Amino acid sequence: MSSQTTTLPARPATADDAEPAVEVADLVKRYGRSSRPAVDGLSFAVRRGEVFGLLGPNGAGKTTTVGVLTTRVTKTSGRATVAGIDVSADPVAARAVLGVVPQRPNLDRSLDARGNLVWHAAYHGVPRARRRALADELLERMGLADKATTNPDELSGGQAQRLIIARGLMHDPRVLFLDEPSTGLDPQARLFVHDRVAELAASGVTVVLTTHDMDEAAKLADRVGIVDHGRLLALDTPSALVAALPGEATIDLTLTGADVATLRGRIDAVRGIAGVEDLTGERPDTHLRVRCDGEAGAVLAPVLGAVADAGATVSEVDLGEPTLEDVFIDLTGRGLR
Amino acid sequence: MSAPTAAPRTAPRQAGPGQGRAFLGVLGRDLAVTGKEFGSFISQVLVQPFFLLFVFGVVLGQLGYVTPGYAQLLLPGLLALNAFFVAVQATALPLVIDFSYTKEIEDRLLAPLSTRLVAVEKIVFGALRGLFGSLVMIPVGYLVLDEVAWDLAGLPLAALLLVLGSLAGGAAGLVIGTLVSPRRINVVFAVVITPLLFTGSTQFPFLQLGNLRWFQVICALNPITYVSEGLRGALTPSVPHLAGWICLLALLVSCALFGAIGIRGFVRRAID
Ligand SMILES: Nc1ncnc2c1ncn2[C@@H]1O[C@H](COP(=O)(O)OP(=O)(O)OP(=O)(O)O)[C@@H](O)[C@H]1O
Ligand SMILES: [Mg+2]
Repeated sequence: MSSQTTTLPARPATADDAEPAVEVADLVKRYGRSSRPAVDGLSFAVRRGEVFGLLGPNGAGKTTTVGVLTTRVTKTSGRATVAGIDVSADPVAARAVLGVVPQRPNLDRSLDARGNLVWHAAYHGVPRARRRALADELLERMGLADKATTNPDELSGGQAQRLIIARGLMHDPRVLFLDEPSTGLDPQARLFVHDRVAELAASGVTVVLTTHDMDEAAKLADRVGIVDHGRLLALDTPSALVAALPGEATIDLTLTGADVATLRGRIDAVRGIAGVEDLTGERPDTHLRVRCDGEAGAVLAPVLGAVADAGATVSEVDLGEPTLEDVFIDLTGRGLR
Repeated sequence: MSAPTAAPRTAPRQAGPGQGRAFLGVLGRDLAVTGKEFGSFISQVLVQPFFLLFVFGVVLGQLGYVTPGYAQLLLPGLLALNAFFVAVQATALPLVIDFSYTKEIEDRLLAPLSTRLVAVEKIVFGALRGLFGSLVMIPVGYLVLDEVAWDLAGLPLAALLLVLGSLAGGAAGLVIGTLVSPRRINVVFAVVITPLLFTGSTQFPFLQLGNLRWFQVICALNPITYVSEGLRGALTPSVPHLAGWICLLALLVSCALFGAIGIRGFVRRAID
């Protein structure tokens, strides 16, 4: 897999630079007769050339939001525009300027890999003479040059995903929607996809991606919107979201020999501690995350003291800055969806 | 005074290909796939009608169970049958699978083309296959049957009837393809398709069913009847047949009715 960077032609800045590339205002989507809306009054705007991440647990309404923006789902109320085009008033024009990488693979299995790209270009009116060269160029860029004549059925999950991204780019969209682009990919493929996304953003394409991978959101997105139950809970740059979290630093403790409730009580009583979370889950040892008001080092000694008082033995200590995951859990809770 | 004023909201960087080109792109894809699978397509089209033709036209004739003129009556009926059925199958089956499992059609739904026009493309594509399916029956009929004599002056009307019959088939396929779930498609094909096969006045002239009035009424509800009867009127006028205008009118009504229901069903399935 080559990660060599092909430079894309940068788009000239134009007068409507100030206009958001994607705008969603009070968006509501209620499926059929279901009582609870899947999207419940969502509002956000994405600047041109920005990478915007929609982060949320399963069923939060991410795919539904992307569905409305990509004209596959009709909104119940509100407003949704892509490149200044109202997607429900003029879906045909909107489809011409947006590209989609869906959550579920939907490659055309009656065509080979190159055929998928070439015919996609045909649907979008790319001149016949350019389709093939463009397809080969994108196959090359996505590391699929040797798969041009392979049937999608015979591609691995990661290869199929890269082909779908290539397809989404064939008509040179101004806004690319990626719904969980790296779910099911191995680390190499994930990095490869991340590089391509960064490259696209650098060339001026606006990218909207959904994910539940915090690291991915923190790494790729200029700004992140956290959604749950169809509502926006927070929207900011990843670092600002983390900074706003109560407790600036964390101490992760792996320990044995005392019950969690006692431990939490003791540690909570230490001055300068904002909270204690139990991350033990399925692990044999107790695993606690202590959030500190100030620096972790300053409270480390009293925390370890409190642990020793409870009769526990510490096997591992990890000092950490809080991550987007902490923000996510803080906002959406621990419950399973 | 360099401030750009009131730039058009939809910047002209990409004016969009126009829906006509997108339509041709989507149709082109379907035709290209048919071309790649031509062998299986042609066998699907030929096998069933060939055996009908052979058994009814040749075997029963040689055994003396049917009169010599029967082949003359049968061939137009088989053209009609193929026009409608090949179109139904070409439209219905892929849609059932696409909408329920593979979602392969999604990329075409995201083409800069109104969803209704994607549905129309499905009808047109089914009709093209149906038309092809009925036209290849002509040489087969001439080869297998002895006494086929057509009134060539009726060819333009026959062509029009076949086009309408294929379009009605494509539209009916769209109705089935968007309303039927994949779990029921087998049942639907058995319960709907088989009766359609035998109530389309394919193997008998509609007007001579006077003694079987109830059956005649059922046949009158089958669009294939009007293609068969119309073709007989155009090509073999000596066989008793329904008036041409009735056939044309009935086919136009079927196209409009199935088309309207099918396109609505398609849009409903395509957009949540
Ligand atoms: N076609 C549909 N018909 C009815 N309800 C739907 C449909 N699609 C989604 N929903 C419901 O809408 C809600 C939001 O679903 P959505 O797919 O948008 O979530 P998501 O954030 O993409 O989740 P995930 O991370 O699991 O992909 C869910 O409760 C889901 O059950
Ligand atoms: Mg989703």
